[in-house]
Amino acid sequence: MAIEERPAKTAKGVPIDFEEDVIQRRPVTTQAGLGGEEMPTRPSALANDDNMVFTTVANLVNWARSRSPWPLGYGLACCAIEMMATAGPHHDLSRFGAEVFRSSPRQADVMIVAGTVTHKMAPRLRRLYEQMPEPKWVIAMGNCASSGGEFWDSYATLQGVDTVVPVDVYVPGCPPRPEALTEGVLRLREKITRGG
Amino acid sequence: MKRSPEAAELSTEAEIRQIQEGAQIELPVIEDEGLETEELILNMGPQHPSTHGVLRLVLRLSGEKVIECIPVMGYLHRGLEKIFEWRTFHQGIRYADQSDYVSNMLNEHAYAGAMEAIAEIDVPRRAEFIRTIVDELSRCAAHLIWLGTYGLDVGATTPFLWCLRDREEILDMFEELCGSRMNFNYYRPGGVLYDFPPGWVSKLERFLDRYQKHIEEDYVRILEGNEIFLERTVGVGVIPSDVAKAYGLTGPMLRASGVAWDLRVDRPYSIYPELQSMKPAVYQEGDAFARYKVRVQEMRLAIALVRECIAKLPGGTVRARLGHVWKCPKGEAYYTVEGAKGEVGVYMISDGRSPNPFRAKMRGPSFHNLQIAPWLLRGRLVADTVAILGSMDFVLGEVDR
Repeated sequence: MAIEERPAKTAKGVPIDFEEDVIQRRPVTTQAGLGGEEMPTRPSALANDDNMVFTTVANLVNWARSRSPWPLGYGLACCAIEMMATAGPHHDLSRFGAEVFRSSPRQADVMIVAGTVTHKMAPRLRRLYEQMPEPKWVIAMGNCASSGGEFWDSYATLQGVDTVVPVDVYVPGCPPRPEALTEGVLRLREKITRGG
Repeated sequence: MKRSPEAAELSTEAEIRQIQEGAQIELPVIEDEGLETEELILNMGPQHPSTHGVLRLVLRLSGEKVIECIPVMGYLHRGLEKIFEWRTFHQGIRYADQSDYVSNMLNEHAYAGAMEAIAEIDVPRRAEFIRTIVDELSRCAAHLIWLGTYGLDVGATTPFLWCLRDREEILDMFEELCGSRMNFNYYRPGGVLYDFPPGWVSKLERFLDRYQKHIEEDYVRILEGNEIFLERTVGVGVIPSDVAKAYGLTGPMLRASGVAWDLRVDRPYSIYPELQSMKPAVYQEGDAFARYKVRVQEMRLAIALVRECIAKLPGGTVRARLGHVWKCPKGEAYYTVEGAKGEVGVYMISDGRSPNPFRAKMRGPSFHNLQIAPWLLRGRLVADTVAILGSMDFVLGEVDR
């Protein structure tokens, strides 16, 4: 059994930090096109055998979920243009695995509410949220979706989308810069990794 | 017009014209089985990728054909015109940004222009040139977004990536100019907020060179050389010039139908009469492809106009002195600007006492251009709906306001 062959140091059940121990560890194999030289490896807290990972199922599932949250392209107003810019070539959200904007809520993991939610739109927003499969998350993008924003005294708008659906991450700004939305997606990733 | 199910799939232009003028479409009958097909109501939107926002279309279908189209609006109605009455004149400029959020500067121009028309403020000459430059760049940004998303509508992903590349450069320059990528709050009654930062103009010139090259070598080549794009746009959604005028269309949609109506020429404002390169783009065909060509030609025109403005750019101040506490005098005015989608107008009433406008009405071109959708979609195929709607280029922020 591979477990019995592990060094005593790591056999105590040290909690595994995936970012540190698994993701950033490079393979020992040589890569084509790099002149055949060996990639440097950092000493592992895991077993010497590179093919082995010890963790709980919950951690593994959360980690896998956090790597590629597919957003529902729910563009409502100005923020939708910045959301498009975030997914565009310059700010390239696909670096973080979240560029697959789905048009159907049934294929989406995270709903990015980009723009002003009016009273007429709120029931549709709630219905779309309920159509998303579990687990699901919500990013409120922009001031309007977070708190009503500059339409705080309008007779027609919802004062924050958290009155209708539970919100995980609020991204402030009017509209938020693409960097801000990227930060929001990264924060959501952290939250999902922690099991939130 | 009874025909077999196979023939019901396609209809000629003449038949579509008949349908649009009131001929009824009958449901096809499948004769072998003795069954009648049912008409289907298809709800498109409000959350739909190709309605460009939150428009909802209720389509009555007979097979693949649209019998009736009812646009349902109001999903983005934020009460902008009421909010104008609750904000001061200066604060209103920021809200005018939100109307057509793709070409913000042009809305600001209309709003600030209405104030200037009431108060009869003379705008410094340099400010007029700066306004023209940012207006034309904003028009470019709007048309780039349109071109990219229209490519997505008809099934091309690459133009979207390329168009956003150029748009990002425009937004970077706007950010350097006024500190924000969108919703600029740059116009003021009597001028603009800031002068150009050092080095901005030479940066703009370098960008224009790259941008012109991208239009000629990238966008035009990849779209006009593409058989699928041509199939989906040429001859699709034809608007004759008399119908276009009857429905009150403005902007590229009108000029694609052969009507030479451009407010920059026909109702001149700012410094447009002085600019030699101002020649409106007019095409006669009236189909989706003509609307595409008008917008691409407008991007080329914008480059020429900006270059001419840079060459003629005078010195001086960028903002008229209005005093510390400026109050708009009593009066009313309607000021129009040729926006990216058509005539952007602001009708403003000031009562002379309040710091807020008594009434500010925005005429959004998208709203008026959307009127033609039920007429235009009648008798068309469902698949053409997306191509036609995309070519209309409306922004729901401006439709609902």
